[in-house]
Amino acid sequence: MSQQFSQIEPLYQPVTMPDEVAEFSSEVEAEIEWHLAKYPVIRSAILPLMFIVQRERGYLDPPGVNYLAKRLKLRITDIWEVATFYSMIHTKPIGKYHVQVCKTLSCKLLGSEKITERCSKKLGIRVGETTEDGNFSLSEVECLGSCGTAPMFQINFDYYENLTPEKVDQILESLP
Amino acid sequence: MFIGAIGCEPLQLRRAHLESSRSVDVYRRHGGYEAIKKVLDTMSPDDVINEVKKSQLRGRGGAGFPTGMKWSFVPKDSPKPKYVVCNADESEPGTFKDRYLMERDPHLLIEGILIAAYALGARTNYIYTRGEYKYLIDIMDVALDEARAAGLLGERILETEFCCEIFTHTGAGAYICGEETALLSSLEGQRGHPRMKPPFPAVSGLYASPTVVNNVETLTAVPDIIKMGGDAYQKLGTEKSGGTKLWSVSGHVNRPGVYELPMGYDDMEKFIFEDCQGISNGKNLKAVIPGGSSVYIMRADQIVGKDVRMDYEGLVAAGSMVGSGGFIVMDETVDVFESTKNLTEFYKHESCGWCTPCREGTDWLVKIFERIDNGGGHPEDAQLLLDLCDNIEGKSFCPLGDAAAWPIQSAMKRFPEDFERHLAKN
Repeated sequence: MSQQFSQIEPLYQPVTMPDEVAEFSSEVEAEIEWHLAKYPVIRSAILPLMFIVQRERGYLDPPGVNYLAKRLKLRITDIWEVATFYSMIHTKPIGKYHVQVCKTLSCKLLGSEKITERCSKKLGIRVGETTEDGNFSLSEVECLGSCGTAPMFQINFDYYENLTPEKVDQILESLP
Repeated sequence: MFIGAIGCEPLQLRRAHLESSRSVDVYRRHGGYEAIKKVLDTMSPDDVINEVKKSQLRGRGGAGFPTGMKWSFVPKDSPKPKYVVCNADESEPGTFKDRYLMERDPHLLIEGILIAAYALGARTNYIYTRGEYKYLIDIMDVALDEARAAGLLGERILETEFCCEIFTHTGAGAYICGEETALLSSLEGQRGHPRMKPPFPAVSGLYASPTVVNNVETLTAVPDIIKMGGDAYQKLGTEKSGGTKLWSVSGHVNRPGVYELPMGYDDMEKFIFEDCQGISNGKNLKAVIPGGSSVYIMRADQIVGKDVRMDYEGLVAAGSMVGSGGFIVMDETVDVFESTKNLTEFYKHESCGWCTPCREGTDWLVKIFERIDNGGGHPEDAQLLLDLCDNIEGKSFCPLGDAAAWPIQSAMKRFPEDFERHLAKN
C-alpha cells in the first residue's frame, strides 16, 4: 500500500518585526493604566491590553506587539506566544464587522448552517474570508452561550439572537 | 425564552424580572447586601465556612465538588495573600445560566464574592469572564463602581475593618480557561494551559498563593445560604445535593430558557413535557444531553417512564451527570452520529495542545468522523473510535480529554444504529 505524505504548513508564518512602536492617545493610555493597576503582576494585563490594541489598530499588528512588549516589560516572543493561543486575538487584519456564527450543537439543531449560508451569500464571501472593501469578515465559532436563543451570531461584541435567514439580511443591511 | 423557577420559590432568579434589577438600590430594596452585613456583624470566617458546609452546596461549574470543603482547604496560616477568583468563563456547549445571572443580578455575584473573600481572608479578587461576554464585563464594572460608591467595596466595608476589592478580567475565546488551573494561567497572562494538581489552587493558585476558584452560580448561592442558614438551604434540595440548581434548556423544546429547580426535582420526563412544554413541532423525543456537552447522552427510553430525579445522585443512577446543567433536547429527526461529530469538532478546536492524548486524539477523532461521514468509513472504524477514546479518557492532563471521550462512548453505546447507518455508506 502506498503511503501519501502531506506537506505540513507552519501554523503561523514568520513575521518581520519593524522597529515602529504603536502610540496611543492620552485617554487610551489612561485606560491602559487602569487595567495595569488591577494586578500585582503586570503581565496579567496582557489580554485586556491586547483587546485595547486591537480596538485602536484594527488588529494586533507588529507595532502593537512592540508596544505591548515595552509596556509589559516582556519579550516580543512572550506577546506572540499569548496572542496565538486565543481565538479572539487577531494577528492578521480582520473586517470592520466580524460576523461570527455559532456552529455548536444547540445552534446547529436549530439551523445554524442556514444562517452561515445566508451570511455567505449576502456578503459574497466564504467562511474565513473578508470582503474586498475590508468591511466584513465571516467566521464560524464555537458555543457563545446563546443556546436558549439559537441560532445566533455575534458581530464584533454584539449578540444577535433567534435568527432567521430574513433577519440576517435585515441586520447585515442595517450596519452603518 | 423563559427565565424563572419551577417547583420552588425563585432564589437565585428572585430579582431577574425586576425593573432596573442591575442597580444597587433595587438590589438593596429586595434583600441585597443583608447577608454580608450579617456576616460582618455576627459571624467569624469559620462560621461562614461551616454554614456553607452545612448547606451541601456543590460546585455548579460542572464537577460538583462540595464548596464548603473547597474553602476549608485554604491554609489559614499562610503568610501569602489569598484570592477568590470567580469563574465566569461559561463556555460549556448548552450552558448559559451564568450569563443571565450576571446580566440580571450583578450585585448578587458581588455579594457572594465579598462573603467568600471574608471567609477566606482575601483582599483582592477577580471575576474571569469569557471574552465574548464583553457586555457582561461592562455590566459588572458599572455594578462594581456602584458598590464602591455605596461603601460596599474597598476600604472599611460597611464601617468595619473588612477591606476587599473585586476586579473584572477578560478571557479571549478559549474553552479550556474554564478549567480552574488553566484559568489561573490565563489570569497570570500566560497561554491558557492547565497545571499539574497537586498542588491544588487552594494551596498554590494565582501567583502561587492560596486561591479559591468558584463558578458564578456557586458564588451567587452563598448570600441566601447565609441569610436562611445552611440547614434551611440544604433542605430545599436533597440530603447530598443542597439547594436549587439552574438548568439551561436548549434545543428542540417549545420553551427553552433558564429554569431554577430544587435539587432532586421529580422528574425529568415531567420537566421536559410539562415545564418546558414538550418537544417543538409535535415531534417525539429522541435524546437528551442533560449536563452540558461533556456528559453522557441519554436515550428517550432512559427518561420516559423512568422517574429520573434531577440531582447529582439521580442523574448518575439514570446514566448521566448534572455537569453544568446545560440541558440539550433532541427530537427524532436528529442523527446522533452528526450531533456527536459536531461536539467532537468542538473539543478538537478547544483542545489547548498541552498534552498529546487530547491534542492528537481529538484531531484523529474528527478525521475518522469525517471519513465515515464522507462515505469512506471502514468496518473497523467503530472500534477505532472507541480505542481512541480509551486512549484519551483518564490519560490526558486535564478533564477536557475525558469530556471529549464521554459523548462518543455514550453515543456509540446508546445509539449504535445511527453509527452503523453511516458506516454502511461505504
